[in-house]
Amino acid sequence: MNASLPDTHFSQNSRALCSAWLLALLCVVVLIAGLCVGSAGVEPLWRLLADPIAAQIIWDIRAPRTLGALLAGALLGLAGAIAQGLFRNPLADPFLLGSASGASAAVALALAGFGISPLATQWLLRLGLTAAAFMGAVLAVFLTLSLARGVQHTLRLLLAGVVVGVVLGAFTSFLSLTHPDILQVMQAFMLGSTGFVGWSACGIMGIVWLACSAAGRGLSKALDGLALGEATAQSLGLPLRSLRAASIATLALATGTAVAQTGLIAFVGLAAPHLVRALVKTSHAWLLPLASLMGAALLSLADLLARGLLAPQELPVGVLTALLGGGYLMWLMHRRGPTHD
Amino acid sequence: MKALTHANICLGHLTALLLLTLLTLAAHTARAQYSVVDDRGIANHWSTPPERVITLLPSLTETVCALGECARLVGVDRYSNWPTSVMAQPELGGGMDPNIEAIVALAPDVIFTAQSSRGAQKLEDLGLKVVALEPKSHADAKRVLEKIAQTLGLNPERAQQLWLTTEQAVAATARTLPASTHTLRVYIEVNRAPFGAGPTSFIGETLTRLGAQNILPTSLGPFPRVNPEFVVRAQPTVIMISKRDLPEMLLRPGWAAMQAIKENRVCAFASAEQDVLVRPGPRLAEAATLMATCLKRFAP
Repeated sequence: MNASLPDTHFSQNSRALCSAWLLALLCVVVLIAGLCVGSAGVEPLWRLLADPIAAQIIWDIRAPRTLGALLAGALLGLAGAIAQGLFRNPLADPFLLGSASGASAAVALALAGFGISPLATQWLLRLGLTAAAFMGAVLAVFLTLSLARGVQHTLRLLLAGVVVGVVLGAFTSFLSLTHPDILQVMQAFMLGSTGFVGWSACGIMGIVWLACSAAGRGLSKALDGLALGEATAQSLGLPLRSLRAASIATLALATGTAVAQTGLIAFVGLAAPHLVRALVKTSHAWLLPLASLMGAALLSLADLLARGLLAPQELPVGVLTALLGGGYLMWLMHRRGPTHD
Repeated sequence: MKALTHANICLGHLTALLLLTLLTLAAHTARAQYSVVDDRGIANHWSTPPERVITLLPSLTETVCALGECARLVGVDRYSNWPTSVMAQPELGGGMDPNIEAIVALAPDVIFTAQSSRGAQKLEDLGLKVVALEPKSHADAKRVLEKIAQTLGLNPERAQQLWLTTEQAVAATARTLPASTHTLRVYIEVNRAPFGAGPTSFIGETLTRLGAQNILPTSLGPFPRVNPEFVVRAQPTVIMISKRDLPEMLLRPGWAAMQAIKENRVCAFASAEQDVLVRPGPRLAEAATLMATCLKRFAP
């Protein structure tokens, strides 16, 4: 899919550049719109800035959550593109290695731990749900890796990821059942929300996104090679083992960070790379940043709708990402007809 | 002659006794068949009031006990914890996962459960009588109280009396509040998602009875999940929240600048108090007292 002929190479590259600019523009538009949409529906920005409480809301709540949605979407899109390249499977998503179920298990454990004993509460408070979710996600990936005995076997990795996901999911369900007061909070976490994203969260996600994008840039050649098949990649002299380990580390870091700040937002990681491929056929050097931009646009748009549609109530943003991304993919598949792959 | 009279009297006694027995029997069968229609519209029939009772929802357990029939309970769900005596009862799972086997083994005459809970159909297929009741509002709590009293074969006056006492207690609590509390604008958070308690919820109704204002409009329904900035914008003068969610609330972006938080006008309820507040059952007056105490603290 990346083997573009030399004469079309230039046009594909300019197409990619064009898509990048368009997506970036969309992100900026959504960012500005995000400042105007809130609990009172849509309001013009200048009127809001005149009111001190509204101005404080914009600066402290709306701006960080809008930026947070962009960054979380960018992280998930990037992680999705890496996962699909690494596993050479278009169905791969960033939650494949058990990070999502690890994060929710850790959050459930932390929530259930609140109020058990003053000591546990003290400890958990210092740690915070965010840190718990991040640690849960990373630990789950480690568990998957140890079950798969390393990174060499793609199939073992996938299987181990599924098993870890099922087991940790069962653990989460058990905890929610024995502590019914955490049920609603867990449900909110599973469907994702950007409601409580602050500036510090944006800072963390921004730094991680920069680091992961840099890592992605370094890995893109290897992912291109891997797309031709493992044997070919090996014959090209790519150090597969270390590249896999680096990809998984990037994937886990990006996913864990996004999940910790915004909960389990489904479908962005799966849909973003596909949507990019529908726009342009290109190499990973372009695919990774484009998937980031697409994820950012998708999630921030969904967040905008989640806030605006039923204001002052909020819809779970995960429901809208699935509707938006899934709806577009369905339309694409319908348009292309049954003959297209 | 004398012997004959004696025999006559004996016969008379016998007839009287027979008549009396027949009458009692007739009276018994007449009273025997009584039926109760639950919230699903399903009717159950009893010939004698149920003696072995199982409850699968804390507010229903509390209602049975408030009617003074705690002794009839043979099992409760895992979340029922008031009165403390019920915690000695066998634990039969929860609304989502009732332990069907354990329930059947206890051979209950009636099972009180929430309409939303699972397993009612299965229990009925096994020949048990299930009364599904869903208390959500004050009016529901009254209706549930009457239904339970009816099912247990109690004098309806007992339920009415209990409800009247509760109502009077709430009204008395409301009267103790200074008029200035009516200007208080309250945000009640039931869950950190954040879900708030709207005026149509059980908790919101109690707040209205106490005369304070709810920052959430009626149109949002009982427990809306609100945009956090809505709360900041509404600038509540008092916040009611559970103790376990309080530390996290203070860290939410933008919330620390709220007047109510700056001036520490926050009531944090411990978990046992939270149980009283969120259960639409007979401890309504107690819930009103808890909320009133909070409002009094911050009366302008």
